[in-house]
Amino acid sequence: MTSDRDPYLLRQEPYYHAQGNEISLYEAAYAARLPVMVKGPTGCGKSRFVEYMAWKLCKPLITVACNEDMTAADLLGRYLLDASGTRWQDGPLTTAARIGAICYLDEIVEARQDTTVVIHPLTDHRRTLPLDKKGELIAAHPDFQLVVSYNPGYQSLLKDLKQSTRQRFTAFDFDYPDGALECRIIARETGIDEAIAAQLVKVAQSGRNLKGHGLDEGISTRLAVYAASLIQRGVAAPDACRMAMVRPITDDADIRSTLEQVIDAVFAAPAA
Amino acid sequence: MVSAGSPASNPRQREFSHPQVHSAWRTLDCGFAEVADVFEECVYEALSVFSNKQFAAYLEAARVIGKLGRGAEPLLTFLQEWPTIAAALSGDQEPSLPQVMGAIRALQKSPNSQAITPFLQTLAAVARRLKAAEQLEIYIGIALDLMVRTSLSIHGRQATFPSPGLPHFFEQAPRLLGLLSTGGLKNWVDYGIRNHAGHPERQEAFFRIDSADSRAVLQRERHGTLFHDIERPLALYMQALWRESVPLVPYSTLFDNGRQVMPYFDHFGIRLPDVLDDQRGISGSDRYHAMLAHMLGHRRWSTQQVADNWSPMQRMAVEVFEDARIETLLCRDYPGLRRWFLALHPQPAEDACDPANTSCLRHRLTVLSRALLDPAHRYRDASLLDFVGRFHALLAAGESNTGEIARLALSYVAKTRRQSDQRAQVHFAETLIDYRDDNRHLWRFIEEDDEGEFISEQRKPAAQEEIASLPPRHYPEWDYKSQSIRPDWVSLYEALHPSGNARDIDTLLARHAPLAKQLKRLLDLLKPQDKVRIRYQEDGSELDLDIALRSLIDLKSGNPPDQRINMSHRTNGRDISVLLLIDLSQSLNEILPGGAQSILHTAREAVALLAWAINELGDACAIAGFHSNTRHAVRYHHIKGFSEDWNETVKGRLAAIEAGWSTRMGAAVRHAGHLLAARQTEKRILLILTDGQPSDIDESDPQQLIADTKKAVETLSNEGITTFCMSLDPQADAYVGDIFGRNWRVLDRIERLPEQLSMLYLNLTR
Repeated sequence: MTSDRDPYLLRQEPYYHAQGNEISLYEAAYAARLPVMVKGPTGCGKSRFVEYMAWKLCKPLITVACNEDMTAADLLGRYLLDASGTRWQDGPLTTAARIGAICYLDEIVEARQDTTVVIHPLTDHRRTLPLDKKGELIAAHPDFQLVVSYNPGYQSLLKDLKQSTRQRFTAFDFDYPDGALECRIIARETGIDEAIAAQLVKVAQSGRNLKGHGLDEGISTRLAVYAASLIQRGVAAPDACRMAMVRPITDDADIRSTLEQVIDAVFAAPAA
Repeated sequence: MVSAGSPASNPRQREFSHPQVHSAWRTLDCGFAEVADVFEECVYEALSVFSNKQFAAYLEAARVIGKLGRGAEPLLTFLQEWPTIAAALSGDQEPSLPQVMGAIRALQKSPNSQAITPFLQTLAAVARRLKAAEQLEIYIGIALDLMVRTSLSIHGRQATFPSPGLPHFFEQAPRLLGLLSTGGLKNWVDYGIRNHAGHPERQEAFFRIDSADSRAVLQRERHGTLFHDIERPLALYMQALWRESVPLVPYSTLFDNGRQVMPYFDHFGIRLPDVLDDQRGISGSDRYHAMLAHMLGHRRWSTQQVADNWSPMQRMAVEVFEDARIETLLCRDYPGLRRWFLALHPQPAEDACDPANTSCLRHRLTVLSRALLDPAHRYRDASLLDFVGRFHALLAAGESNTGEIARLALSYVAKTRRQSDQRAQVHFAETLIDYRDDNRHLWRFIEEDDEGEFISEQRKPAAQEEIASLPPRHYPEWDYKSQSIRPDWVSLYEALHPSGNARDIDTLLARHAPLAKQLKRLLDLLKPQDKVRIRYQEDGSELDLDIALRSLIDLKSGNPPDQRINMSHRTNGRDISVLLLIDLSQSLNEILPGGAQSILHTAREAVALLAWAINELGDACAIAGFHSNTRHAVRYHHIKGFSEDWNETVKGRLAAIEAGWSTRMGAAVRHAGHLLAARQTEKRILLILTDGQPSDIDESDPQQLIADTKKAVETLSNEGITTFCMSLDPQADAYVGDIFGRNWRVLDRIERLPEQLSMLYLNLTR
């Protein structure tokens, strides 16, 4: 059995800095094998947190990036053809239930609502997974746990979780870390000087203030880390900010010019 | 020094003591006493500016003007103004004098000779603004063009009337050139000629800058950065850096020639000038940002001070220190701002003002302000340096506060006050810091004016009347001749259509029951089946086991197998908003040939059936009608809104529709587009049902409204709104393609309209 789990085990400790008591809360949820939902804006550390917890608990982690075209078969498994006839191929959710992994469905709202219903039997007291096509009923491995993440920031009316799905999870609310902590995270992640990291955080926070005024999402910690990595490679700080923190997030000319002004205001020109 | 000359009865024979003046007077050969009175002075001034040759040309030009037969006024103006004008224009006067004389001759030959005096009167002011002779030439060209194009000729009677706008144009020219470049002036004048050439009163109002469109075009053509263009970036900037969303309100700088209004803020918002030019190498846009940053700093860090016991001088000093504190804190957060502040802040020389005979207060405070802001200042005054040091010491500890800073300012005033500060002569040069606001928010007065309380409290707003109709919306119109838009040209009034008897519509529908039944079958086919399985796919999401087994059997039995053994799903939803816009112009009242029904009646049937069909389909649908009576009254009637059901109220409104007036389609299309743009559906469709081409009684050029409608349709298409026209005009082919591209259909058999319309809609959205 262990050989099945090997490819999904994390080799190295992922860097994660706790924002609060989320680590102990997660450990308690895992001890009770409760399904967990991680909510928060993009790039604030949701996936990193799940990876870190999998590493900390020494459990394999199977990640599925959900998308609109994903069907139930993509999660459960399907019959394939080979020389001798048909052959069943387990999907990631089935594999996780069999080997006792943490199954992480990233951005679950991207999947269609009728697809996500297949996780229901696994997420209540039954902890079973019926494979109707194959005629098999899998009892989940005792180590198995389901984690989903989603970004409530999408203001799409079409993409939301059904109440019946929502009410199967315990939930964590994530947000961008506060200034000082974010600074430390950027510095630790890229090895950059804390003073520059503080300036990057200032730009990122300005971007977050614009959320709802033309930006769907604020500038994430992830993008600030990208900018810091560029600066580490010798790119001038304002250029790195433009490349990593402005151009990716919007095509709106007004917002871009505003963020350019912000960058000019945060980084004084060397001549001045 | 002026000898009045010998008082002779004939001014022509007047004697001047100075021989040169005397010979010049003889050359001028002029009989006006008023001119003779001032002539000597004019000659002295001219001689101080001109060479001999230039003086001769000046005199000759004056002689010609004096002989025009227009009285003494033009000559007086010329004699007095020309030396100033020539001095104002860089380079010598040779190139410009012939230009001016040519213009005067042209004015004299046309019926517009009344305009010669205003032309000469404002020429000096114009020249001061234009500065170069070439620019003056362009200005004269524009004026002559205006003259030619607005002087009305009636060929039959060989009579020509003077241009009504030209004198007003000359009167306004200095102000116009203060706001516009010559290019902008040309556009503004062209606009006025194009749109008001045939209407003398409106033309006069336009060139007096009295009409709304005149001001609007003027605003559009101004140089510098317009507030309007930068409003959203400014609001975003405020939101991004300070998390504030205070309303930004522009104030007009158009007609304030006397006093410069400073930016300020109060309970209603932040007031900024409506246009800013570049200054000291900082762009207009950056100046706006600097102003905004400064005021937001005040909002964050300044607290109100009770100012009753402080003198104006003390308040000024407090303002200077407080402004400097705000900017120091701002630069601490956003070091990049310092670049703007340093560039925009005046840098007066320390010894520019002499305290012996002028009030140096403003100068001293500006120097202080610069020293507080600029660490690299070069000022040496000991008390100044002392206070700069104390200021920085206060701020080194933290943010300090307004009260603490005010105490520092008061001790500064006590220390540096001079007797000469009270003098009336004040040194103003280089002391205006125009990106800072006027600090009115900083002061609180406990005691009101003596009797202000009684008067100001009385003005209670009148009880709010119930709004009977919405205020008009203004839409632009495209002028194809100049390829430009006429801003706010059309006034559109929207209202709910009055109600009629809903039963009529039910009767109509009942009459078309067989057709409705036929449509219903079609509709059922069209209704979305949300999730549809697609079988026989080579690539699909899932194996279709039935087919796969069959293929396997084929394979095993040696037949070529079918490889399309997968299946996939697709959703089949309809996500459509449709707005049906009905042309309700007079021509709809015509009776159909060979029938008893009017077109309106048939159209009503058709719309009722279509509305029913769309309702059955479940698409979001709105219905509206429009007609127009000149550009000042385009009526837009709501018959059904997107959120309304197809119910009795709606049917009642539809039953009551009536036809009248004309078809100004562009504005109605723009308004419909405005409503559709707010719909968040995948497809947004504007269906127009019309019986003729766009036209209106105040527009003589038939192409004008066609071109405008085409532009409106293009604008909508850019916003992702599809426009489709159903025309009942058999001759529509000639123009409808120009407007709608390929999206149109002529429904030539109007009696079959109900059937055709619904089928057409179904085909369009299938």
